[in-house]
Amino acid sequence: MSVNLDTLAIDDGDAFYEALRVLHDGKTPHESAVLNFRIILLLANQVGDEALQEILRVATASE
Amino acid sequence: MSEHHPIVIVGAGPVGLSAALELAALDRPSVLLEMRSAESDGSRAICWSQRTLEIWKRVGVAQPVIDRGVTWQVGKVFYEEDLAYEFDLQPEPGFAMPAFVNLQQNIVEGLLLEAVEAAGVIDLRWATTVTESSSTDEQATLTVDGPDGSYVISCDWLIAADGARSTVRRDAGLSLIGRTFEDKFLISDIRMTGTMPTERWFWFDPPFHQGRSTLLHRQSDDVWRVDFQLGRDVDPEEETDPERIKKRIQAMFGDDIEFEIEWVSIYRFQSRHLENFRHRRVLFAGDSAHQVSPFGARGANAGIQDAENLVWKLDLVMSDAAPESLLDTYSDERVYAAAENLAVTTQTIDFMTPQSDTDLALRTATLGLARRHGFARPLVNSGRLSVATVHHGSPLSTADSAVFEGDVELGGPVLDAPVHGSNGDWLLDYVGREFVLLFYGSTSDVPAGLPPDLRVVAVGEGGDIVDISGLVAKRLGWSEGCGVLVRPDQHLAARWKSVTIAGVVAGLARARGMAEAA
Repeated sequence: MSVNLDTLAIDDGDAFYEALRVLHDGKTPHESAVLNFRIILLLANQVGDEALQEILRVATASE
Repeated sequence: MSEHHPIVIVGAGPVGLSAALELAALDRPSVLLEMRSAESDGSRAICWSQRTLEIWKRVGVAQPVIDRGVTWQVGKVFYEEDLAYEFDLQPEPGFAMPAFVNLQQNIVEGLLLEAVEAAGVIDLRWATTVTESSSTDEQATLTVDGPDGSYVISCDWLIAADGARSTVRRDAGLSLIGRTFEDKFLISDIRMTGTMPTERWFWFDPPFHQGRSTLLHRQSDDVWRVDFQLGRDVDPEEETDPERIKKRIQAMFGDDIEFEIEWVSIYRFQSRHLENFRHRRVLFAGDSAHQVSPFGARGANAGIQDAENLVWKLDLVMSDAAPESLLDTYSDERVYAAAENLAVTTQTIDFMTPQSDTDLALRTATLGLARRHGFARPLVNSGRLSVATVHHGSPLSTADSAVFEGDVELGGPVLDAPVHGSNGDWLLDYVGREFVLLFYGSTSDVPAGLPPDLRVVAVGEGGDIVDISGLVAKRLGWSEGCGVLVRPDQHLAARWKSVTIAGVVAGLARARGMAEAA
């Protein structure tokens, strides 16, 4: 499966960015880390195994 | 005084006793040396797996263990006060043996000892300590200290089942490769009249032991195993103080709880195994060869599988029916099993004892989601319980030439299933001890000219046994005309959609460690 790396698949990018940012308002670094992992786990289960391997590869290659 | 024996076993724990019984079943006498003067004091191992019970069934010990122990198959994992994950280890019926029986190790040893005495060919010597051991390529030699003084024993083969602090391993100059973890755990076996169900209950961060984990597991005679995670920087002496343990138990069950402490021990996780389980004429089995975290019951149960894997190979080598190199495949297969058990239990350790803020955040996220959503529950890891090892890539297996859709895997044990026949009501009653070809069809359809030393069991109408529920077919994934070659330890060595004499002869030679000759 090829992962979409070229175009944004979210309608309003700025609104999404802001929504993601404010989720962390008032949270300690630990609470934020837990929240991020919850989001990652939910997304991971949504996309499934095949895309996940590619996503993990792209993510670590983008440091 | 000096004496020579074909086989000496050091260590009369569950592994040494099982090895002696397996050998006795093949009419092989053994001398069994034990430094203790009676069976173990504390309970130690408590969970005996389906595969262990299947192995013990062949030596008549499974039913006594089942009768004396408590049978269970459901595990529940709690996060704080909520159920986060539940598993059933035998969701499908149709097995002679239960998923697990819990029974204190010392009681199990007592039952194995009764069978050892009844076997008549096992020379068990209590209070006998190995002080020195060595091995050449021809024999092993032991200096031992017994009740009547010191003497020397030599043997053709030495089975070192002498536990985590193995003297034989030390004398061979071998060390275990792996890690010891920092977190300390407290085992307390307590006697109380509880109302909890016979299930494995595990808590992450419970109200009565905040920030850490606790396991509660029932044993026989109203004894319960309570295992508390303590953390890194604790004083073992303080923690084993009965008053301190009493407070922990009361926090868990309430101040009114009445109980007695049976046995207490502090331990740390070990994840280590030998690189090779064979050293000249010495064969290591059980804790002398591998140690893993106990959450998963993969220690003693792997050791019993070691004994089972070893004994038929030793028997064939001693009968000159197989090359000595067959014993190297004991090491190949059981090192593979140890590495698998180590990998699986290390994942459990990583979940149970997060080593960084990030690890802890990931675990907290997982447990929080698991409380509400099914998808996250299988990620919760409080121990993946022992299953029979499938020896993938074993040199004794003949690679499949066709696809089999069943549950049984090449290199793994044949799964049990109910059958009709004259020698028992279960499939596993018909395989083991020698090489067996299970054939799907009637006796008259079995191809002529198969090797005479191969026992053939025809499954079907007009055969030796009948697959009464269709579970044999489902589990083996086979159909009319198929054949399955089963090793003496009930593991699957080869299988064919259509049985040919040449195929069976080659498969049998390979399974006996004679691949080159085939």
